Amino acid sequence: MFSLERWQEVFLTIGKNKLRTALTMISVITGIFILVVLLGVGQGMENGIAEQFQNDAENEISVYTGVTSMEYEGLNPGRRIQLKNEDYQSISRTHASDIDKKSSMYRIWSGLITYKDESGSYRIEGVLPDYEYIEKVSLVSGRFLNQQDQNKSEKYMAIGKKVKDDLFGDKNALGKLVQVSGINFKVIGVYTDPGGEREESRVYVPLSTSQTVFGGGQDIRQMNFTIPKRESYDKALAESDQLVAKIERDLKSVHTVAPMDNSAIRVRSSIENAKRFYDLTSMISIFFWSVGVATLFAGIIGVSNIMLIIVKERTKEIGVRKALGAKPLSIIGMVLHESIFVTTVAGFIGLILALVLLENLGPLIDTEFIKNPEVNLSIAVTTLILLVVAGALAGFFPARKAAKIKPIVALRDE
Amino acid sequence: MIDIKDLHKSYTVGKNKLHVLKGINFHVDEGELVAIMGSSGSGKSTLLNILGMLDEADEGSYHLDGTEIKNLNEKTAARYRNKFLGFIFQSFNLINYKTALDNVALPLFYQGMKGKERTERAYDYLERVGLADWATHLPNELSGGQKQRVAIARAMASHPKVLLADELTGALDSNTSYEIMDLIQKINEEGKTILVVTHEPDIAQMTKRIVNLKDGVIIDDKKIEQKKALADV
Repeated sequence: MFSLERWQEVFLTIGKNKLRTALTMISVITGIFILVVLLGVGQGMENGIAEQFQNDAENEISVYTGVTSMEYEGLNPGRRIQLKNEDYQSISRTHASDIDKKSSMYRIWSGLITYKDESGSYRIEGVLPDYEYIEKVSLVSGRFLNQQDQNKSEKYMAIGKKVKDDLFGDKNALGKLVQVSGINFKVIGVYTDPGGEREESRVYVPLSTSQTVFGGGQDIRQMNFTIPKRESYDKALAESDQLVAKIERDLKSVHTVAPMDNSAIRVRSSIENAKRFYDLTSMISIFFWSVGVATLFAGIIGVSNIMLIIVKERTKEIGVRKALGAKPLSIIGMVLHESIFVTTVAGFIGLILALVLLENLGPLIDTEFIKNPEVNLSIAVTTLILLVVAGALAGFFPARKAAKIKPIVALRDE
Repeated sequence: MIDIKDLHKSYTVGKNKLHVLKGINFHVDEGELVAIMGSSGSGKSTLLNILGMLDEADEGSYHLDGTEIKNLNEKTAARYRNKFLGFIFQSFNLINYKTALDNVALPLFYQGMKGKERTERAYDYLERVGLADWATHLPNELSGGQKQRVAIARAMASHPKVLLADELTGALDSNTSYEIMDLIQKINEEGKTILVVTHEPDIAQMTKRIVNLKDGVIIDDKKIEQKKALADV
């Protein structure tokens, strides 16, 4: 069916009708281009969202406080709830068996850190050693804070890579002293965080040190826990929900907060968000595929239309061919061959254009929600299969029409 | 070679039934050169279409070289057309984006002949109609007479039993017409059976037999003294 002669025929026809072929190809190129770019961006969104999750442990429970919103046991609304070290200790003690990693935190939103002539404002967080795992930081050099540092309230600091680049440039930071409000801290580690620059422009110091140096006393700003790994998502979710409820109940009773008051004490589980986001990603992917396929479909209808016009234009020629002994199958083959060839070539061009665009622009797009838009092999293969099927589909109806042309009608002289 | 018995054909035009062929009996022997004449509406084109398997009769029988032509499906009809018949049309019907050589080779392609043999045979036939030098030209670079020569070469290339020519000189001036008829006469002298549909008496005089059609019946069928085409020029 796909003999050399057939190829010559196809090239002849295409060469004879350059403009028409070009227009057809443009519609397919656009279709495939949009499909692949959409899928790439969709993938980018998935990556971005996935990374939002990998920032922090996915089975994390965090506890914040705020202001009471309702009157309870004679206390007025509008009361600020302040967590203390003893809250943290009692929670970790009571629920020790349900908790894996744990840390509490005292925080300075913006502290001026100076090294020699360089300085900058960074978020300073006083944390416990487990925070390394909760925040999922990985050390580039040196070490994270340990229990010893906490116990001795050492003025040690683990700094994010951004902070290191800002203050030290290419130079080694380990063991150097930096100043925060005139107090010297020794850099003991440099870390990276999958959360990117935002999370790498923070520094960590021992909780005890931060409470002393920055005047926090016994105050803490938040608590973070993770639950032990469980074999199934559902089991983890159930346990996490249970723990969230218990912590909330305990803290509300200690701080005299109405059980229904959700603004004073907030206990959030990332695992539920994870579920929500996984649903979201599949929605995004379905959406992009449908829009992309619809666009492609429009392109295919364009090809089909043009093939119909071609068949109409070539009615006489097809009649002559039939008079000369062309079998219907050979006519169908001729039309199909052309349409599959045109769609496939156009599709390839669209695919390559889209890949080039994603390849070159992709790395530049790095917002919180779209990260490294890309098209993986299976998507590329899927679109290729789509293309060939599309070409066949686009050619089929015109081909059938062509095969039905009666030579006698075609040869009638006008 | 051709044997037609009691052939009927009618078309439905709107609500009216148009009886075009009303019982045609017709026989052509091998090597004959026959002109089918008649005014427009006489049914001569319909007869030619049936002979050419482009259309089917409602009634009657049609044998071509001993094969009955009846209830053909598209595929068989295509094969028979390729094997038995060569068509020559008034408007040439060359494929305009193919060279003269490729046009001649087309029926051979549908016969399934391989590339090299096909080109050789096509070239051979172009040579016979005196257009070997024009092999690589496109139809629009050829004159009307040349186009018709290419069409004749194409019709003959597949070695058909019968050549069917529909008003083959209709689009040509007289001189060119006679040259083409000269070619037809020469091909006939080599033994090929040829049917020519025409309404021009001078062209008909250059055949060996004239069949006159009127209102769907043969009113006259006689052998004539053939006039040499180039005698007039």
